Amino acid sequence: MTTSQHEISDEIAKIQADSPGGAPLLDFAPYRSTALRHPTKELQLVDPEGAELLAPVFGHSDVAAVEADLTLQRGGEPIGERIRVHGRVLDGDGRPVRRQLVEIWQANAAGRYSHQGDQHPAPLDPNFHGVGRCLTDDDGWYSFTSIKPGPYPWRNHHNAWRPAHIHFSLFGTDFTQRLITQMYFPGDQLLALDPIAQSITDPAALSRLIATYDHGQSEHEWLLGYRWDIVLTGSHATYLEPSDD
Amino acid sequence: MTEAISGATPGQTVGPFFHHALAYPGDAELVPFGAAGSVVLHGYVHDGAGDPVPDAMIEIRQSDAAGVVPRVGGSLRRRGAGFTGWGRCCTDGAGHYWFSTVEPGLPFFAVTVFARGLLDRLFTRIYLPGTDNAVDGLVASREDDGRLRFDLHLQGPSETTFLTFPRT
Repeated sequence: MTTSQHEISDEIAKIQADSPGGAPLLDFAPYRSTALRHPTKELQLVDPEGAELLAPVFGHSDVAAVEADLTLQRGGEPIGERIRVHGRVLDGDGRPVRRQLVEIWQANAAGRYSHQGDQHPAPLDPNFHGVGRCLTDDDGWYSFTSIKPGPYPWRNHHNAWRPAHIHFSLFGTDFTQRLITQMYFPGDQLLALDPIAQSITDPAALSRLIATYDHGQSEHEWLLGYRWDIVLTGSHATYLEPSDD
Repeated sequence: MTEAISGATPGQTVGPFFHHALAYPGDAELVPFGAAGSVVLHGYVHDGAGDPVPDAMIEIRQSDAAGVVPRVGGSLRRRGAGFTGWGRCCTDGAGHYWFSTVEPGLPFFAVTVFARGLLDRLFTRIYLPGTDNAVDGLVASREDDGRLRFDLHLQGPSETTFLTFPRT
């Protein structure tokens, strides 16, 4: 018998009462696919060395400006609610992460990915691939124009639905700051039911994945704006400072 | 200028549908396959039952052969670019990943692992064979044909040692 949403929500509530945490729990049974894919040994603490101290570098030869507009990549206008998502990428000390790569991908307005593995019977949009890239500017700002993604069903349990989200891939100045995460939309009733979002058991930490509506970015008769800032873990820049000269 | 920071943005799983977004031509070829002085680093990603993980993504960061960690662009459009010291490979249906690269002068490849069912990225290292002071269990083996082999086990009796760093 497949598990119901009620049972999954009960499991989530029990775990959250015991272990409020800011990072997602890797061992989080309500998200069934974690069962055989989470490490059971404690992570080993090491000081970063060599290549770990330097993130890869990307430049304008890597990314074309047009890649930041997901509505322009095919022949015509994609279907859906046109949006802009913008914000800043900061390191753990509040410094902007400058000229660094941001990659995003998402489902279309009907909740389907332009990926062969996604067989959800919702329409593909021939004018929407759902993949974007940009570089942050000198103050750490990024901006994408896109279509609001739809929620979609998945097979974690019976009647399971992912809240609408955009996947974000980020780099800092150190390799150790690497982050892949998901941005959610404000007011989404599916967030409370979602085992992936709820694996972040501290509500304040989960709130950092939810964009805010930003009317100042909305454009008259054109699109709706959202603001989402991203804070990476601290950099280890001080480790690079020579100690003896 | 700094601002008040309330805490780091949490990670989330890469999910199942990332290949069309994150894979790109030449992503795993830090140097062209078969180039003079190149080496293949490869292995399989396994879950706790020993089954392959066909929807994982591995990234590596490394120095060049002389021990210099490059700080140059060009990883996404490699043609005409120099050695960037960074690459990405999505595992195939057998859970296999591979990179064409050079042996780093600094003795390990820094590695990040992403997968469906893995709620946050994992870090590890892959040391060159014969490295002194390597973290236990994180040394690649040299195959007869010269390739470097390192399998990743997310869980199970051979579970890979994954790393964390101060301030992460």
